[in-house]
Amino acid sequence: MPKKKNLNKILVIGSGPIIIGQAAEFDYAGSQACRSLKEEGLEVVLVNSNPATIMTDVNIADRVYIEPLTVEFLTAIIEKERPDGLLATLGGQAGLNLAVQLAESGALEKFNVELLGTSIKAIKKAEDRELFKETMEKIGEPIPESTIVEDIHAAIDFANKIGYPLIVRPAYTLGGTGGGIANNEEELFEITLRGLKYSMIGQVLIERSIAGWKEIEYEVMRDGNDTCITICSMENFDPVGVHTGDSIVVAPTQTLTDQEYQLLRSASLKIIRALEIEGGCNIQFALDPKSQNYYVIEVNPRVSRSSALASKATGYPIAKVSVKIAVGYTLDEIVNAVTKKTKACFEPSVDYIVVKFPRWPFDKFVYADTTLGTQMKATGEVMSLDRSFEGAILKAVRSLEIGVNRLHMDKMDEWDDEKIRKRLSRIDDERLFLIAEALRRNIATPEEISDITKIDRWFIDKIKNITDMEVRLQKGELNAKTLREAKLIGLADKSISELTGVHVDEIRNMRKQFKILPVYKMVDTCAAEFEAATPYYYSTYRGEVDEVEVSNKRKILVLGSGPIRIGQGVEFDYCSVHSVWALREAGIEAIIINNNPETVSTDFDISDKLYFEPLTTEDVLNIIDKEKPEGVIVQFGGQTAINLAASLAEAGVKIFGTSVDDIDRAEDRERFDEMLTELKIARPKGISVTNLDDAIIGAQNIGYPVMVRPSYVLGGRAMEIVYNEEELRDYMSRAVKVTPDHPVLVDRYMQGTEVEVDAISDGVDVVIPGIMEHVERAGVHSGDSIAVYPPQTLPSKVIYTITDYTKRLALALNVKGLLNIQYVVADGKVYVIEVNPRSSRTVPFLSKVTDIKMVNVATRVALGKTLKELGYYSGLVEPKPYVAVKAPVFSFAKMQDVDISLGPEMKSTGEVMGIDYHYARALYKAITGAGMNIPKHGCILFTVADKDKEEMKQLARAFSELGFKIVATEGTAKALHSIGIDAEIVGKVHQRSTDIIQMIKLGKIHMVVNTQAPGKHIAKDGFRIRRATVELGVPCLTSLDTAWEVMRVLTFMRDRRLVYSLAIQDYVGGGDALA
Amino acid sequence: MKGKLVLQDGTVFRGQLFGGANATTEGEVVFNTGMTGYQEILTDPSYCRQIVTLTYPLIGNYGTAKQFNQSRKSFVGGLIVGEVCEKPSSSSMQKTLAEFLIAEKISCLYEVDTRALTRKIRSSGTMKGVIVSEYTSQGTIDEMMALPIRKNVVEMVTTPVSYTLDAPDGAPYVVTVDFGIKKNILDALRKLGCKITVVPAKATAEEILALNPDGIFLSNGPGDPKDVPNAIREVKKLIGQRPIFGICLGHQILALAMGADTYKLKFGHRGSNQPVKNLETGKVAITAQNHGYAIDEKSLAGLPVKVTHISLNDGTVEGFRHTQLPISSVQYHPEAAPGPNDSVHLFDEFIFNMQRFKP
Repeated sequence: MPKKKNLNKILVIGSGPIIIGQAAEFDYAGSQACRSLKEEGLEVVLVNSNPATIMTDVNIADRVYIEPLTVEFLTAIIEKERPDGLLATLGGQAGLNLAVQLAESGALEKFNVELLGTSIKAIKKAEDRELFKETMEKIGEPIPESTIVEDIHAAIDFANKIGYPLIVRPAYTLGGTGGGIANNEEELFEITLRGLKYSMIGQVLIERSIAGWKEIEYEVMRDGNDTCITICSMENFDPVGVHTGDSIVVAPTQTLTDQEYQLLRSASLKIIRALEIEGGCNIQFALDPKSQNYYVIEVNPRVSRSSALASKATGYPIAKVSVKIAVGYTLDEIVNAVTKKTKACFEPSVDYIVVKFPRWPFDKFVYADTTLGTQMKATGEVMSLDRSFEGAILKAVRSLEIGVNRLHMDKMDEWDDEKIRKRLSRIDDERLFLIAEALRRNIATPEEISDITKIDRWFIDKIKNITDMEVRLQKGELNAKTLREAKLIGLADKSISELTGVHVDEIRNMRKQFKILPVYKMVDTCAAEFEAATPYYYSTYRGEVDEVEVSNKRKILVLGSGPIRIGQGVEFDYCSVHSVWALREAGIEAIIINNNPETVSTDFDISDKLYFEPLTTEDVLNIIDKEKPEGVIVQFGGQTAINLAASLAEAGVKIFGTSVDDIDRAEDRERFDEMLTELKIARPKGISVTNLDDAIIGAQNIGYPVMVRPSYVLGGRAMEIVYNEEELRDYMSRAVKVTPDHPVLVDRYMQGTEVEVDAISDGVDVVIPGIMEHVERAGVHSGDSIAVYPPQTLPSKVIYTITDYTKRLALALNVKGLLNIQYVVADGKVYVIEVNPRSSRTVPFLSKVTDIKMVNVATRVALGKTLKELGYYSGLVEPKPYVAVKAPVFSFAKMQDVDISLGPEMKSTGEVMGIDYHYARALYKAITGAGMNIPKHGCILFTVADKDKEEMKQLARAFSELGFKIVATEGTAKALHSIGIDAEIVGKVHQRSTDIIQMIKLGKIHMVVNTQAPGKHIAKDGFRIRRATVELGVPCLTSLDTAWEVMRVLTFMRDRRLVYSLAIQDYVGGGDALA
Repeated sequence: MKGKLVLQDGTVFRGQLFGGANATTEGEVVFNTGMTGYQEILTDPSYCRQIVTLTYPLIGNYGTAKQFNQSRKSFVGGLIVGEVCEKPSSSSMQKTLAEFLIAEKISCLYEVDTRALTRKIRSSGTMKGVIVSEYTSQGTIDEMMALPIRKNVVEMVTTPVSYTLDAPDGAPYVVTVDFGIKKNILDALRKLGCKITVVPAKATAEEILALNPDGIFLSNGPGDPKDVPNAIREVKKLIGQRPIFGICLGHQILALAMGADTYKLKFGHRGSNQPVKNLETGKVAITAQNHGYAIDEKSLAGLPVKVTHISLNDGTVEGFRHTQLPISSVQYHPEAAPGPNDSVHLFDEFIFNMQRFKP
């Protein structure tokens, strides 16, 4: 029972789609919150537009609304559900902003909804720069000299007064969007203008830059009785100047004396009290390394990425405790979930070191600016634990899945000393590796490196311990002693193999022979002071005693999906969690390995045992040696887990579900082609080549345009459409390293309708829960397309063929569990593009809309149940009477220099869903939920490639008939004039009076339809136009298909109400079918 | 060189012995869960002759500096850690931890699985242990193990002679009985403007009252409070004479002087994260603690005493006050160093009491 007696029903706002700065941590926080509320006997109403989350599962909340996170929709839901309380501090900045808007709009008052936890007043005190400054001044906590400006002149005046460098931060944004460091007036001008635009309230803060100071964070909690505690301290490896989301972070602080630690801790408590926060909050400080001077940098009055990290780092469930506080408990009334004996009112003490490492999307955005600053760029992160910094940082690095297993990047081998030295001052994603290289080659001393980078000497010396060990391994002989020392430092077998030339299997054998084995320690919040019940472990070579109690129950290992990156998002965590649940339901002990601190899967009460470890063959095998599970499930952890299947199988581990050989048959081009030939299923003509000449000949035979990509990829990495030989040559030299081991695939590019299917097979029957049709034609990556369930335009014959092909492919590949197939339909004919014998990005979406627990069924099938036993029959499940649309969400605002036009390379970071009985409204919801602000009237700019001009004419006419004013660039306008549309001609960039960029900036253009000319050579003007739309939040449609759908939505919405919402439970239950 | 810790029950924990074969030691093995403040711990006289295990594995990261010393020297029996940082980094650093250990002649066993050791102590209770070289004979180990736990630890750490820390006229005047006082207590009192005379543990009530203080402070210190019967006797005489404030051992001695009883905890409270609930406000403060003994709550029945603070972890008494007289004490360390400063206001209350009851 909650302490507050008036509460029965609580509304929880989620954080919406995954974007840079707001990732899976809010699924973790939100689902923990919902479970915690249910524990109190409360009815939970959840709103979140993101279908890929655990929190939008019907078993997490009583009423789940997958609807756009806008004031209009939220108000409608509140009116309908009449909750007693609203919990807004668990949905990230998005949830918090929405709560503020709901309060300001009067909706909360009107429907008598109490905001639980931190009050609006407190939120504003922390979020509004002026109020925050005032509050800090009142309690004597130092903040850097600063000013709030609402225009550029005030910014320049301030700069003239205090000088440069200055930090510019917009108020009320995500992940520091639009901020930056200005070193001169020109930069100040640019960054301030951008910041003003991004701030929800048109304010930016300009302050003295304290770049180079130590950045320290505290996670603090306060209850309604004013009891305050700190959960975790964190020290950023990167000094102030790099966004904490882009910093390597360690916990607890390492280089602070007790005096410094307590100084900042006391300040934290003072601040949380002054702000009157009830629940969790994150406070960031800058500490002068040379004195005890400090500044308060920022306060987040809510659960955050850092609090998810702190929860995983210490075992203390911050979100859960925040919820209990919000419903009226005090900290000393809440039980410590870890020890089950002590109370939640204590400060965790850890006896290990935690390293968090960001995962950046620069492997996808090859043209992006890789330097790091105050604007966050990472899409995800990994965490590692060990009893030494060296061990922890090495674990973190090999968890990243960026092709490195130690602090070494192959490409730097080719850099001369001068280049290395020069680059040390550059702050980018590779700096840690560069520092290691400089130490390895003795280019600079730790002291010099620390002087240049301002990274504390302590860290640099630790890195040197690692590189010194590497040098010793390289020079000396590998024996029991050196091997032991190398493992104590934390080097992977694979790294030792690279350095010594001894085969990795041999090293593993040596380790076993000399008993050089890791022990597993527990994360227990209290440094072993009390007995704990948490089944949460990490490995270390620095210890003698292993604490894991291996049970003799039937047990199975589930591999997680590692860090969130483009192409592998929260969807795979959803799948891993469901697989774990399915195992537990079947009475099997479920063990999970994962390294992502943001996720639900690494919540310690999800599985029977959680190993927080890198997902590499060595690390996984060590756990298997220890636990001796019956086998491993790899099909739910995305490509991360699939990639481990072969090496695990080779080591004699049983892989449940589809066999490794069959996985290979789907992924290996030649074997896949062979199978298709046998099955008489067509695929776009294509070949696999291992050198440039073969590629050129092959492409000629197939006919341009062709789609080129390296084999074995996820998320369309380095995939491009090339239109001629010149572009092909360019691609082969620039984008891929083609070798006999790494062939490149050249396929005919077919402009058809793309269709995606997820199915479950047991080897006899094949169930197809649903088919999704993509709005954008083939060529746009499936993850970036709008997907519609059920298909709206496919003829039944095509659906029949797809059903048939899916069944035959599943059976031919002996799939046991899930598979995902992508088809292209051109001229009524169905072609297979690819088959993934694993769970896919669309599984959570499809599971939710079809009400089929796909992962649960697939897990049981992988373990040997038949579909018939589970009550399923072969074939396509009858489509539901409603429509669900999945729309991609991009983080372009965070990534300058990235072209937003869509292509075969995936660019989206997240997704939203729109669901409705009407297709157009489902689409409207999806597009709105994705943050696209479709104008209902105004001016649309058309500027399209020649190949699209014909098709564009009808589209423009349709928009014109809807009353939009049409403007166009010269060529496009001519085409429009030819059919009698009065399109005003606007100039290309730099033609003064009608400069498009200027028009966009001045708000004269409300939507842009822009398609790129064939070829990859970046048309500079187009790029600048597209970027301008991102910067100013103007919708920009880069595919005519998307534009057509938008037009349809606009047409439909003219005579319908825009806001209509229904819980998922109602849709799948079939109630309220009349919209 | 290779070394080991042998516990009374025969359990062995291996590591590296710092300082060579002669750096052997014996004492009661305890653990502290603080993640910072190793130097303050090493110089806290309350750890006199104890072998301190630090549960945080990376120790020595910021070196050492004179300003953090809590007493004139380190009295610990030994130190057990995971890793001694070889290259510390801090602008305040004067010596590395290794240099400090050498200077203070502290024997140290490192590269130890301190978590396993902590779990052992947690489940079996604090016990005697010896740190020796891997090659020390069993006979020597047995001999060392047979040495009794010392009872005269207060005598070892207290100031041999009285001394006064002056303050301007009219300042509240505190006589502090030094059972092993931490420097930060004196600093806290001085910060509040007190004049302080520190007297040895063996000072009599008459000697103390002869100084005519405004209040009397009973300090922290090592060991079993029952091992200082003289102090208990003298404190009994002080009750009712002046406002009294006690911390840690001083708190236990005060309780015994008032007729209560104390007992030994299984493995004590040692760390910077100990939650203490103030029963008068309902608020909880995070405190630094270092005690192996506690007041038996049952023994307080019938005494003019009110329990004001309890440990949230195990419910033991963490503070009490006299129901009529300006006498109070706490088991934990409001002076911090190491640890949180959440309870530093207790010193203000003491000053307030002194002023209120000024004779």
